[in-house]
Amino acid sequence: MTDTPVSEMSFEDAMAELERVVGTLESGDASLDDSIRLYERGAELRKRCADELRRAEEKVAAITLDEQGQPKGVQPLDPA
Amino acid sequence: MSGLDDLLDEGGPGPNTPEFTVSEISGALKRVIEGEFGRVRVRGEVGRVFAARSGHLYFDIKDERNVLASVAWKGQVAGLAARPEEGMEVIATGRLTTFGSQSKYQLTVDDLRPAGVGALMAMLEKRKRQLEAEGLFDAARKKPLPFLPKVIGVVTSPSGAVIRDILHRLADRFPRKVLVWPVAVQGQASAPQVARAIEGFNALTPDGAIPRPDLIIVARGGGSIEDLWGFNEEIVARAAAASDIPLISAVGHETDTTLIDYVSDHRAPTPSAAAERAVPVRLDLLAWTDGQGARLARAAAQAIALRDQRLRDLGRALPRPQSLTGQARQRLDHAEMRLPAALKGTVAARRSRLAEAAAVLRPQTLSRQLAGTARQLAALETRLQPALGRGVAMRRERLAQWQVRLAGGLRRGLAARSGSFTPLAKRLVPSLAERRLRVGQDRLETLSRRLSRIGMSRLEERRARLAALDRLRETLGYRATLRRGYAVVRADGALVTRRAEAEGAKGLEIEFADGRLQIGTPRRKSTPKSPPPEQGSLL
Repeated sequence: MTDTPVSEMSFEDAMAELERVVGTLESGDASLDDSIRLYERGAELRKRCADELRRAEEKVAAITLDEQGQPKGVQPLDPA
Repeated sequence: MSGLDDLLDEGGPGPNTPEFTVSEISGALKRVIEGEFGRVRVRGEVGRVFAARSGHLYFDIKDERNVLASVAWKGQVAGLAARPEEGMEVIATGRLTTFGSQSKYQLTVDDLRPAGVGALMAMLEKRKRQLEAEGLFDAARKKPLPFLPKVIGVVTSPSGAVIRDILHRLADRFPRKVLVWPVAVQGQASAPQVARAIEGFNALTPDGAIPRPDLIIVARGGGSIEDLWGFNEEIVARAAAASDIPLISAVGHETDTTLIDYVSDHRAPTPSAAAERAVPVRLDLLAWTDGQGARLARAAAQAIALRDQRLRDLGRALPRPQSLTGQARQRLDHAEMRLPAALKGTVAARRSRLAEAAAVLRPQTLSRQLAGTARQLAALETRLQPALGRGVAMRRERLAQWQVRLAGGLRRGLAARSGSFTPLAKRLVPSLAERRLRVGQDRLETLSRRLSRIGMSRLEERRARLAALDRLRETLGYRATLRRGYAVVRADGALVTRRAEAEGAKGLEIEFADGRLQIGTPRRKSTPKSPPPEQGSLL
């Protein structure tokens, strides 16, 4: 279990950490204090993951290029 | 008619054949060849290839019997679909021309492409071997794909089924931000654009106006090998290999493998499969997350329940407080019960011992003891008298003995000292003493004379001073005043200075200069030797 603040973790790291926390807690080896700490951290991680999952949004854009072929901006893309 | 004439053509009438210079004929040939053939396509096998430093490319195209010299000018080389390689079956397109200075004809090639699939595949194999030798296909080079990319860059045609499939699949699984870099996916322009797009995505900065993707998908739908050929080009493969952003290639159908597939970090069989590989399924993750949450809560509850149970178990194993103190309590009760009886018993025992002791302690007993002691004392007294007498007699006798010894000792001592005194006495001559006596007497007389002289004169001096002082006293004393007519009144021996005192007095005594006069009851003057009062009490 690391001490990295949950807000600084990537989604994937948060997931892996959550899995570790749950596993440790389920093993029953942790002391009661640790169990409580693990639970709190796990809840935080779970929220972090769930938030990320709910925030999912689709946004599609096409890059526009200038004369030199350099990207100059984006425009909506409708690949109908 | 000599033979010489036959040899020389001196402008005489001859055969009607026009005459050319070399350059003229060379130029005429050039015109004929270029005019006759124009643009031609020639199929053959590439022979010797020579790339000049100038950038021009010289090569031969040959078949079993003949060779066609070919050249691609520097400006044309880049436009060739394939670079000529020895042994490659090609179709070259260009203009046929001559090279007069060497009496040659040649093909100026502006397009060269492999002739047929076999040739293409052979060329692809060759490229693959080269890139593989450079290590671009190494598994160690492959970057892991992000679990959940935030921005996905897609290099493909902006229209058509491919981008639609990708976007649909992404939306189904996990909607993300998608940036499409539009490129031509076939034709000559395709490869440079695709390479440029891969480089362009990598060149974006993470915080720029256009977000930098953390995953790139290079995709193209199915097609002929010629259609897909752009993705076999070296510049595309090298751009994909150089990409810092993880890259998924999805070109053609599952059976089509292009060069980019070997260098990409992941090869997806189709564009849809690329989208599936790019993102996880959101609902699955939600379910997983919820599941983890449930397990978390369950495990936490379990951790507490387990401890709760253990606490209960331990609590049961713990003896009850009453059982710990019960025995001691019982002993205390027992002792408490016995205490008053024990106290009474002790007091009774002490009282009886006191009574026993008091019984012995009676006046008769004491007086009996006293009488016994007195008797002892009397007996001792009777023994004391003779013993004392004996002691005194003994000491007296010893004293007498000492007296006798002392007298003898004294006499002997005296005789010894008298013996030592006689010689000293003989040395004691009177004349010396007498002489000293005389001197002393003379000095005494002298001193006596001086003394009496000084004493006389001092005596006279003092006498005269005394007489003067006495006269002074007489004049200062009250008696002189008496002679001037004053008197001193006394009553009862005390001086009277006020009339009231005189009236109260029984008698007055007035002193004049020549004597005292008594008035009233004469007061007998008390004699100095008046009898002491003690004598009265004695009678």
